[in-house]
Amino acid sequence: MIETKQLQLNYGEKVIIEPLDLFLPKGEITILIGSNGCGKSTLLRSIARLLKPKSGSILLNAEDITSLSAKETAKKLSILPQQPLAPEGLTVLQLVKQGRFPYQNWRKQWSSEDQQIVEQAIAATGLTEFKDCEIESLSGGQRQRAWIAMTLAQQTDIILLDEPTTYLDLTHQIEVLDLLSKLNQEENRTIVMVLHDINLACRYATNMIALVNKGIYAQGKPKEIVTVKLIQDVFQLKCEIIEDPIYGTPMCIPYGNRK
Amino acid sequence: MKKLLNLQSRFYSQLIDLSALKQLGILIVVVAITFIISLSIGDSFISPLKVISILSGNGSEFDTLIVQEFRMPRIIVALFAGMGLAVSGAILQGIIRNPLASPDVIGISAGAGGAVVAFLAIFSDTNYSLTVSMEWMPVAAFVGALVTALLVYGLSWTNGVTATRLVMIGVGIAAFMQATSTVLMLAGPIYQASKANIWITGSVNSATWEQVKIIIPVIACLFFLSLLVTRHLNLQQFGDDVATSLGQGVQKTRLALLLLCTALVGSAVAFSGTIGFVGLMAPHIARRLVGSSFGSLIPVSACIGGILVVLADTIGRSMFGSIEVPAGVFTAAIGAPYFIYLLIKMQKR
Repeated sequence: MIETKQLQLNYGEKVIIEPLDLFLPKGEITILIGSNGCGKSTLLRSIARLLKPKSGSILLNAEDITSLSAKETAKKLSILPQQPLAPEGLTVLQLVKQGRFPYQNWRKQWSSEDQQIVEQAIAATGLTEFKDCEIESLSGGQRQRAWIAMTLAQQTDIILLDEPTTYLDLTHQIEVLDLLSKLNQEENRTIVMVLHDINLACRYATNMIALVNKGIYAQGKPKEIVTVKLIQDVFQLKCEIIEDPIYGTPMCIPYGNRK
Repeated sequence: MKKLLNLQSRFYSQLIDLSALKQLGILIVVVAITFIISLSIGDSFISPLKVISILSGNGSEFDTLIVQEFRMPRIIVALFAGMGLAVSGAILQGIIRNPLASPDVIGISAGAGGAVVAFLAIFSDTNYSLTVSMEWMPVAAFVGALVTALLVYGLSWTNGVTATRLVMIGVGIAAFMQATSTVLMLAGPIYQASKANIWITGSVNSATWEQVKIIIPVIACLFFLSLLVTRHLNLQQFGDDVATSLGQGVQKTRLALLLLCTALVGSAVAFSGTIGFVGLMAPHIARRLVGSSFGSLIPVSACIGGILVVLADTIGRSMFGSIEVPAGVFTAAIGAPYFIYLLIKMQKR
C-alpha cells in the first residue's frame, strides 16, 4: 500500500505536481489518466523513487520510502519504465534473471529458488518457448511480456508500469492488459499504471485517478467518476459517454471537426 | 540454445554459460601460445620448444639470460597491462552503455599521461637528469588517472551523473590533458620530450622484473574485484530507471565502478604508457564472442587485451630491424580504423 503526504514534484523550478495527498489501495488496479504533460508519469516515477520529490514524503506500507534500503524497497515495489532498453544480444532468460537482483549477493548469485521463480515468471507470461531468443527478435507484445516477466521475478506485491502499451497494436495492448489483470486477480498483486487509452483504462481499472492542473481531479471506480464533464475538464475534449457493450464500463466517444 | 551450468554449493552459487567457458578456455591456450612465441622472437630466434625447456629450467645459460632477463619482463608487463586496459574498457562501456566508450575517450589515460609528463618536467635539474627516483613515475600516472577521473565525474555531476554527460565532459578533459602534455613537452628539454613522447605512445621496452612484481598482484587483485561486481555491471547496462527499480544504488555503484576502472587504467598505464585503443577493441571483440553478460565478458576481454598488447609489442621490437617501434603505435594503427568502423556500423543501425 502506498501513500503520499504533501508530495510536491518539480522539474527544476517548474512545479509539476502541487503538494498532494494520494492513497493507492492494496490489491487494486489503479490507472492514472490525464492529458499529455499533466505529470502522471512524473508522479508514478517519483513513487518508484526514480525521481526525487521537491518536498513531502512517500510511504510504503506506512514506512517512509527514503528510510528503506534500495534492496529492501526493490523486494516490495517494482516499476517498469516507459520503453526500457535491453543491452544488445540479451536473451529472454538473461533479462528475466535480472529480476532476482535484490535477492542476490556476490556469493549467492544464482540459487535454485531463483531458477524456479524465473522459470515460473517466464511461464506466467507465456514465453517458455522463447526463453533463449534474443529480445530484439521478439514482437513488440512479446518484448513487453518479457519485461513484465522480469518484474514478476522480482516478486513484489506492488508493480508500477509507465504506459506499458505504448507503441503496441491493439491486439498486443489487450494481451498485456489481460496479463496484468490476471496477475491482479490470481496473485493479488497491486498494480498502478499510466495509460493513454481512456476506454481501455475504464475496462481494466478498479480504481481510476484523473489528474489535471498539477493535482487530482477525481479518484474512484471508472463507472462512478468518468463523465462527459470529467473528459471535458481533464482532456478539454467534447464527447459522449456510452456503455462498453462487452464490459459494461464507460466508453468515451469523442466529437471532432467532422461532426 | 545456450548450455548453462548451474553451480550450487553452500558457499557460492552461480549460473555459468558453458559455451563462454569453452571460449575462455580456448583463449587461455591462445594467450599461452602467444606468450611462448613472443619469447622466442627477437634479435636471435630461440625456438618455442627451446623456450619451453628454458621455462622448465633446462636451457643453456645464454638463452636463459635472453629469455628470462631481456624478453620475459616486458612480455609479462605487456600481457598484464593489456588485461588491465581491456577490463577497464569493458567496465567503462558497461557504465556508459556505449561500445565507443573507453578510458582513452573519457580522458583517464590522457590524465595519466599528462601527469607523467608533468613529473618529468618538474623533477628535472639543469643537467636534465631526474632529481627523484624513476620509480615514482607509476605513482604519478596513477594519481593523474585518479584526479582526471574524479574531475570528469565531478564536472558531470548534476543530481547524479548520466552516461552522456560523462562522455562529453570526458572528451573535453582528454583534449585539455593532451594539450597540457604538449605544452610541457615543448617547454621542457628535448631529451625529456622524446622520453615522454615514447611513454605517451605506449611502450613496455623499459620493463623490469621489479615492475613485474608490482603489476602482477595489482592487476590480478583488480581483476578478481571486477569479477565480483559483474552482476552490478550487468544491471548498469539497463540504465538508471531499471537498475533503481531492481534495488541498485545506481550513483554509488557507478562511482565505485569508475574508481575500479581508474585503478585498472592507472596501474596499466603506469608501467606501459598510454597504449591506446586496447580498452576499446578488446571488450568489443569479446562481446562478439560471448555476448554482453559481464561474467563472461570480463575474463574474455582480459585475454584478448593481453594478446593484443603482447602481439603489438612483439611486432614492434622485431619487424623493423634495429628500430624499435612502441607497442602503442600498432594498437593505434589497428585501433583507429576499428573505431571508425564501429562508428559507421552504429550510424547504419
